[in-house]
Amino acid sequence: MTLQLAKPAPPDDDKRWKMVEVTMRRSGYASHALIETLHRVQGLFGYLDEPAMNFVAESLGLPLSKVYGVATFYHLFSLKPQGKHTCVICTGTACYIKGARELVDGLRQKYGIELGQTTPDLELSAVGARCIGACGLAPAAVVDGEVLGNLTVDQLLARIEKVIHDAT
Amino acid sequence: MASSEPVLLANVGRPDSHTRAAYEAAGGYRTWRGVLARQSPAEVQELVRASGLRGRGGAGFPTGQKWSFLAQDRPGPIYFCLNADESEPGTFCNRVLMELDPHQVLEGLLLSCYATQAATAYFYLRYEYPLAYRRVEAAIAECYAAGYLGRNILGSSYSLDVFLHRGAGAYICGEETGLIESLEGKRAWPRVKPPFPAVEGLFRQPTVVNNVETVACVKHICERGSAWFRSLGVPPDPANPRDSGSFGPKLYCLSGHVARPGCYEAPLGIPLDELIERWGGGVWQGRRAKAAIPGGISTGLLRHDEFHCRLDFADPLKFGCLGLGTAGVVVLDEHVSMVDFLHNSCRFFAHESCGQCTPCREGTAWALRILDRIRAGRGRWQDLELLLEIGDTLGIIPGTTICGLADGAAWPIKNAIRKFRDEFEAYIRASNPDGYLETHPVRALDDRHLQVRS
Ligand SMILES: Cc1cc2nc3c(=O)[nH]c(=O)nc-3n(C[C@H](O)[C@H](O)[C@H](O)COP(=O)(O)O)c2cc1C
Ligand code: SF4
Ligand code: FES
Repeated sequence: MTLQLAKPAPPDDDKRWKMVEVTMRRSGYASHALIETLHRVQGLFGYLDEPAMNFVAESLGLPLSKVYGVATFYHLFSLKPQGKHTCVICTGTACYIKGARELVDGLRQKYGIELGQTTPDLELSAVGARCIGACGLAPAAVVDGEVLGNLTVDQLLARIEKVIHDAT
Repeated sequence: MASSEPVLLANVGRPDSHTRAAYEAAGGYRTWRGVLARQSPAEVQELVRASGLRGRGGAGFPTGQKWSFLAQDRPGPIYFCLNADESEPGTFCNRVLMELDPHQVLEGLLLSCYATQAATAYFYLRYEYPLAYRRVEAAIAECYAAGYLGRNILGSSYSLDVFLHRGAGAYICGEETGLIESLEGKRAWPRVKPPFPAVEGLFRQPTVVNNVETVACVKHICERGSAWFRSLGVPPDPANPRDSGSFGPKLYCLSGHVARPGCYEAPLGIPLDELIERWGGGVWQGRRAKAAIPGGISTGLLRHDEFHCRLDFADPLKFGCLGLGTAGVVVLDEHVSMVDFLHNSCRFFAHESCGQCTPCREGTAWALRILDRIRAGRGRWQDLELLLEIGDTLGIIPGTTICGLADGAAWPIKNAIRKFRDEFEAYIRASNPDGYLETHPVRALDDRHLQVRS
């Protein structure tokens, strides 16, 4: 016997929810699809807010507490809106001893943000990462998905400047 | 140590080495076809057992033995989880394999699944490897298209599906039962063992978890035989009945203050100094080394006068390190402050502790706070003893935690302070000249009289 539950309605009529539903349907709305679904939501909307988590919870038949627990456990999920651009600085051992601190200082001086913060105009988020597996290129950072290695402060800031400039 | 031809990295550097066409042009998947046609799963298992292969993911557990623990009397499928969460700081050899030779990894995975009769494999890849994700995804699709995966593979009675799954950024997902919890869509909280995954793992079914490089070795063992594998590396130490030897080729990741960082292949047991000098081009900028991490920060530290240590499963233990770990070597030159190094290490573990076990959650957090205070110029003499006390009581080895993350957190603390004590003392003395000598311990309540002891 299967219990037919009413399909939960998306938080609003944004078309992107259809794509979230596709992801969940592909795995048969199984609860183990939670992490992949949250990746999908964050990929489409930039972060996970409560209505989104509620929708995912109801769709997968999970309590909200469990969705919230998972969303807060994994470092890559964000419950706050992120900047348009992201700069991830590796603070792993190899990068740390080869100058990651200077990169963080440079970012602070130019944009006034620490790792984990976003500029007030929501242009740039700075994120600290543990080792990203590019230790041979230390110090390493990832700007909008692109891995940059053997970085100096000037190179990093120039790259960020460029991605912000190119997008406007 | 005799040099040998690269095996694991043989295809790396060839044009389009990540495609099936290039892999097959170099003889790829011939082993898979041959084994499927001519060998039974039990024969493959026996071959791997006889090779002496030990897991490359950190713990060095004999692979053949792990497979033999699989519960055979259970109804339902056996699952195979490929651990591609590679997160140990200083380690990137799995990434090299997945980006530049994903089919080698897949062929090894298929052979391993066949040997264990797994019906489904989950490829658990860390999210931070986008290129590896695209390449592995494409490689899996190519395997299905070629009939190497799916139902009744190449006309045999064996069927296998591989699902690629990505993590979401948590070091603890690399721990095998944390990985299993994560695959089930939960927080990656390691499970209390027993039951071990071989009896009750993913979705409560018998499960194997192996590392990417481990299954790549399986491919070469099936191709070249166990005698070949045992011809590389270091035989067991007769004086140590628990050592089962360190056989086969190994990928060493070299980073930090060396002239030529990178991923190098050598037989297990290459001495650290040879790795640094011959492969890494020596310490950079003509400086001297102060210390090196032998296999990811969890394994602790070797001091510069210990660099003759052989990088195999047994030797690092003799130097007080946790083990070979992932063979991710990070060289620290003479300018690195050990206080800063240890602070960085403690921050990592405090951040990554999953929080289930009090000694780990609190111990890693307090170690970080103590180091914060030392670096803020308020270090106390007793802090070093306190840190050592935390280090000595934290982990599976002293028996206080569920998983090995805590041991990994403890080892850098113990090694850094015991091997570089002078530097820590000098730092505290210089940064806190009047405070370093005496502070009074907090008075404890006497539990018999419930009053403040005088
Ligand atoms: C905290 C922690 C993190 C780990 N991370 C990894 C990892 O990223 N990759 C890996 O292969 N093994 C990792 N391991 C080891 C696994 O638990 C497990 O032993 C390994 O995947 C087994 O595969 P192997 O026998 O092929 O080495 C980790 C262990 C611990 C305690
Ligand atoms: S030892 Fe630490 S990381 Fe491992 S289960 Fe316990 S709290 Fe979690
Ligand atoms: S320490 Fe930065 S990539 Fe490994």
